[in-house]
Amino acid sequence: MSLNTPLKDVRGLGSAKDGTTHFWHQRLTALALVPLVGWFIVSLVCLSGANFDEARSFLEQPLNAILMAALIVAGLYHMKLGLQVVIEDYVHGTAAKYVLLILNTLGSALLALAGLYSILTIGLGG
Amino acid sequence: MAEKTSRPLSPHLQVYRPQISSMLSIAHRAAGVGLAVGALFLVCWLMALAAGAAQYDAVMAFGGSIIGRLMLFAFTAAINYHLLNGIRHLFWDMGKGFSIPAMTRSGIAVLVGAVALTLIEWALAYGMGA
Repeated sequence: MSLNTPLKDVRGLGSAKDGTTHFWHQRLTALALVPLVGWFIVSLVCLSGANFDEARSFLEQPLNAILMAALIVAGLYHMKLGLQVVIEDYVHGTAAKYVLLILNTLGSALLALAGLYSILTIGLGG
Repeated sequence: MAEKTSRPLSPHLQVYRPQISSMLSIAHRAAGVGLAVGALFLVCWLMALAAGAAQYDAVMAFGGSIIGRLMLFAFTAAINYHLLNGIRHLFWDMGKGFSIPAMTRSGIAVLVGAVALTLIEWALAYGMGA
């Protein structure tokens, strides 16, 4: 039995505007990021002071390229979700809120595309 | 959508003493926002690596500068803290560790762990020739 009033039904599912999706996706990406960030930190330490060729060879290896791509996708989506709640919490009811939320979504997507493009370029020897 | 109202908010900062629960919670959010900035730089690094040696060397030169190293240090500190505190959150999501003593213990463990991880990573990085 839904506890929603008809207006609530029309307005959309709670403050995230999409029910529990935001919560679950945040946790899912968090779970994926635990091993991915672990790998990332280890790689970062190993790549300390690496020159161009060393860094390139690292990312040319398929496993590293795939894990980096996974980190980009999961990480930037997790970031988008997190920044979304920060904006929703601190920016109120004005046009600024919507502009920021839209910039967050589009900006995160653009960053992800840029990251994936770069990984592909390196992997394909460009 | 609610328009901006001028209704008063329940006081919180003026009322509650800083506690490990609230301080670690806002630190988690602050670290997250800091990591968002760091993500920007990570993508820049990837793009530079894809673009060519000149661009890569320029990015690495910035990374080696004083301000670059400070930013990197802040980034690693944020990532270590956000990772460990995030795992703490995931345990809460499973319903575990909600008692005040457990929350305090896990909070201290996260802080100690984050500091330790950051120091270890930097010691190793300098050892590798940063």
